[in-house]
Amino acid sequence: MNALLIKDLYKVYANVNSSKSNQTLEALKKISLEVKQGDFFALLGPNGAGKSTTIGIITGLINKTSGMVKVFDNDIDLEWEEARKLIGVVPQEFNFSIFETVYNIVLDQAGYYGVSRKIAKERAEKYLKLLGLWEKKDSVSRTLSGGMKRRLMIARALLHEPPLLILDEPTAGVDVELRRGMWDFLIDLNKNGTTIILTTHYLDEAELLCRNIAIINKGLIIEHSATKNLLDKMERHSYIFDLQKNMTHLQLNHKTKLNSKTNFIIKKIDPRTIEVDLLQNQNLNDLFTFFKKEDLEIRSMRNKSNRLEELFLRLVEEKSSVKS
Amino acid sequence: MTNFISLQTIVRKETTRFFRIWTQTLLPSVVTMALYFVIFGHFIGSRIEKINGFSYIEFIVPGLIMMAVITNSYSNVVSSFFGAKFQRSIEEILVSPTPAWIIIFGYCLGGISRGLVVGILVTIVALFFTKIAVHSFLIIIIFLLLTTVVFSLMGLLNGIFAKKFDDVAIVPTFVLTPLTYLGGVFYSVFLLPDIWKTISLFNPIFYMVNGFRYGFLGYSDTPVYLGFFILLILMFVLFLVNLILIKKGVGLRH
Repeated sequence: MNALLIKDLYKVYANVNSSKSNQTLEALKKISLEVKQGDFFALLGPNGAGKSTTIGIITGLINKTSGMVKVFDNDIDLEWEEARKLIGVVPQEFNFSIFETVYNIVLDQAGYYGVSRKIAKERAEKYLKLLGLWEKKDSVSRTLSGGMKRRLMIARALLHEPPLLILDEPTAGVDVELRRGMWDFLIDLNKNGTTIILTTHYLDEAELLCRNIAIINKGLIIEHSATKNLLDKMERHSYIFDLQKNMTHLQLNHKTKLNSKTNFIIKKIDPRTIEVDLLQNQNLNDLFTFFKKEDLEIRSMRNKSNRLEELFLRLVEEKSSVKS
Repeated sequence: MTNFISLQTIVRKETTRFFRIWTQTLLPSVVTMALYFVIFGHFIGSRIEKINGFSYIEFIVPGLIMMAVITNSYSNVVSSFFGAKFQRSIEEILVSPTPAWIIIFGYCLGGISRGLVVGILVTIVALFFTKIAVHSFLIIIIFLLLTTVVFSLMGLLNGIFAKKFDDVAIVPTFVLTPLTYLGGVFYSVFLLPDIWKTISLFNPIFYMVNGFRYGFLGYSDTPVYLGFFILLILMFVLFLVNLILIKKGVGLRH
């Protein structure tokens, strides 16, 4: 079963520029998308690509121009009440009352979904404890730190225990430790059956957490597949090698084709650092053989950048250049 | 059941809000009305002759109570709803399965509650200055409730369209206050010259004050049922307009 089915979703914003009354913006250009039940799905795209518009339409905060959206087979127009009961949403911006306490915010949200006060109190304790906010339950929300506010929004979205959780940039502005804590929490939630849709700017996050990915750019879905398949599409991987000693005997120019057989492209960053581009048909063993032969001792190695990030940038650039 | 819990949540939140900030919501009206009673009722009123057999303070008390009720039911809904829009906490309700009519009922019940609480407080203050007669308790309750409903709905309408804080202040300052002052709170419209009497008859607040006053004094400038029907029509029209706007997402959804 699909947790989410989007077909030909189209959105035009009217009067986007107040000084030019007839200026419109096509935010979504008939996109289609499927997210299976139980999936951990990432919706990626640069700023202004249409991610938040898509989420806004699914959750009822934005009116679509045309197209169809179904949440667990419930049409958001025809069976909107049922559809909304099945969704929990964590928006990008903080959207709770700054005058309310943490406890009241989560209890009220449960109330809007028809959860009785008694059950809501039990769940509030459970989720606030899980997210490390129980001690802060009587604090007014404006006094919380940025990370706590993010966790509050996650707890709030879970109070009615929705089978589909949509998170729009949930770890934006959150420190590394907290981010990892959130990842663990989301992984557990997904293991327990909650379908998760995530938008994020941290592509390492998407690569680590998500089994399927869609990339949206300028209102179009330019890629939609399993994370693994997407990464397999990468033709070239760039690695950075830190050397044990200064490299003196090898004369590397800006880009040196080191070996006609292996065809590695090596770039010297500084006397102790080199960058190597490895094509998909090349392997690291050959490269290490070469290093050994050249008496280069490797201290450490790493990906130049996140693999998904490289691919993402390439895809977005390619599609943009094709269009232009 | 879901809708009932949702309604209960909105009402609880709304009533808790105005009780929590009682110095901003309840106290000002009580202080203002006490001053009106002292100055207009006691100091100046003692020099004014009786109106239709009632002392001036007896005559203005129902109008002043109504004035406080109108202002408070209106401002409770407009400020709370716009505040939720401004902070975007209104999205908490918009993403939920809460239907538009429950949102209207919830916010209006908040406005009605504040209107009634302030009405009771002002009545208690009035008792320190004059005795209050009751001609028909039923008429008092009917007009009080209908007025709070109508002005809560108006406040909601204002909140839906408001884009900035100025928009919240414009209607009470430039529409509501003049209409209330010219709605026969301080005088009987039949004491006015013909042209002003005719103009007053187009002011809906006049009928609310008039009907409410009838409940206390048993005296009315126009037939009471007229005010009752005007309030009923206003209530249904405003409810429908609000319902359509919220369902369409005007001022709420992009």
